[in-house]
Amino acid sequence: MTHETPSGAAEPAVLTIKGVSKTYAGGFTALKSVDLDIKKGEIFALLGPNGAGKTTLIGIVCGLVKATTGKVAVFGHDIDGDYRLTRSRIGLVPQEMSIDMFTKVADAVAYARGLFGKPSDPAWVEKVLRDLSLWDKRNEQLRTLSGGMKRRVMIAKALSHDPDILFLDEPTAGVDVELRQGMWQVVEKLRQRGKTIILTTHYIQEAEEMADRVGVIRQGEIVLVEETATLMAKLGRKQLTLQLAERLDAVPEALAVEGLTLSESGDALHFDYDTRADRTGITTLLANLNAAGVSVRDLETRQSSLEEIFVDLVGGAS
Amino acid sequence: MNWRGAVTIYKAEMARTGRTLMQSVLAPVISTSLYFVVFGAAIGSRMESIDGVGYGAFIVPGLVMMMILMQSVSNAAIGIYFPKFNGTVYELLSAPISALEIVIGFVGAAATKSLILGALVMVTAAFFVPMEIQHPLAMIAFLVMTSVTFSLFGFIIGIWADNFEQLNIVPMLIVTPLTFLGGSFYSISVLPPFWQTVTLFNPVVYLISGFRWSFYGVSDVDIGISLAAIAGFFALCVVIVWRMFKTGYRLKT
Repeated sequence: MTHETPSGAAEPAVLTIKGVSKTYAGGFTALKSVDLDIKKGEIFALLGPNGAGKTTLIGIVCGLVKATTGKVAVFGHDIDGDYRLTRSRIGLVPQEMSIDMFTKVADAVAYARGLFGKPSDPAWVEKVLRDLSLWDKRNEQLRTLSGGMKRRVMIAKALSHDPDILFLDEPTAGVDVELRQGMWQVVEKLRQRGKTIILTTHYIQEAEEMADRVGVIRQGEIVLVEETATLMAKLGRKQLTLQLAERLDAVPEALAVEGLTLSESGDALHFDYDTRADRTGITTLLANLNAAGVSVRDLETRQSSLEEIFVDLVGGAS
Repeated sequence: MNWRGAVTIYKAEMARTGRTLMQSVLAPVISTSLYFVVFGAAIGSRMESIDGVGYGAFIVPGLVMMMILMQSVSNAAIGIYFPKFNGTVYELLSAPISALEIVIGFVGAAATKSLILGALVMVTAAFFVPMEIQHPLAMIAFLVMTSVTFSLFGFIIGIWADNFEQLNIVPMLIVTPLTFLGGSFYSISVLPPFWQTVTLFNPVVYLISGFRWSFYGVSDVDIGISLAAIAGFFALCVVIVWRMFKTGYRLKT
């Protein structure tokens, strides 16, 4: 196994999805010719509303769903022709809680490892369970565990064969804050070991905090794939807030410009601007303020969150 | 070949039996004992011998076969249906394991359980009635072939079933009647000619007849036809399972 440096444009894709579409038996089209490349060692967040096709896409790569058209390659190998090779390098944590309630934790993990044809390795299983704070529960039946622990068992099962690519489908849905933090620490550790992680989430903040790149999917189409930081810079609108020394009743006519509003309390001016524009209008605004004799006590800028960008995109406004 | 994967499924299925020992082992043995008490000892003592075999002894092969058929079908069906029901089938589908290996794991375990139960029933029977086995090798061959074939059949039902009702409907409404009407408790030669002909369309007749031959050397139909029937049903099940995995029928969306 190679441990190359995480992400980088020159790295070959570990997962290549080309022209993949899926129409279910009932006639519902879940995916429309999706193209996507995932780089080695990155954390990729697939973002989209319910029914956008996220789970279908993951299902196709992992062998649960048959694609109607298109090709998927994992480390250059076709997922149908070389399914043994491709599946052995993938770990999947599905969205639904899918466990055999009467199995013990350690047995469940050992079973998952066995299915992948790997020899029994108690030391590895112990490491996985310890990393997920499940070691103390190893002899408990799954039905006795809390919801969060069950979810971690599913992660442990997915890691039991030490995959290179891990799919996490809505991993933190219904998980409390503390556990979520713990889960992200596990993800971070995996990234440090050179693993590639593809996750879907509704918690857009998580994608923003965790992901190197974000793909937005809407109605079965990938609308956008971008480095998280670039996306923020590229699409993010910023807001400049000017705290005024003295209250105003209205925006003075001399200052009136698109995007400038007075706060309700009258003690601050908000100016929305586009960072992508050639001229943001900030210089002019500040000059006009000076000319109009409006004193500014303080100022700050705020970038719109990924959530706002996301709403823009899936709403079709952008 | 991912043998480890197949063995993992096999062991997990056998462990499941271990967890439900009362239901999977004790219950069938007790119910079979009741058959011996009622049909073998109570009623059997007033029955004439059939083809020179005492009635109690005559029904042993039929009862063993009935046990094997019903247990094979229900064990294999629940074995694959349960992962579908609780969602863990994703593990099987996303693992580097072939259809053949999955089938070896599930069907192998179900057939093993049937063989163990079949042996237990025979041991139980020995307490109630005098038994002889004229062709032990043929008997073992019949047991193994029937266990495997009907486990395969149960596996098909488990994949096909979408709910617990469907899971039970085939064993209850098809396998049980076919077994009862297949000559478990009587020789088909006692039936009127018309019903004898109808009975020949029941595949279980060939199994029980052949199996009984291995015990007492007497059979309703030719042993060669019995073997051909079981081999034919096995081949049919293999083709159906193969198609199911090939098309992803009720496994993949």
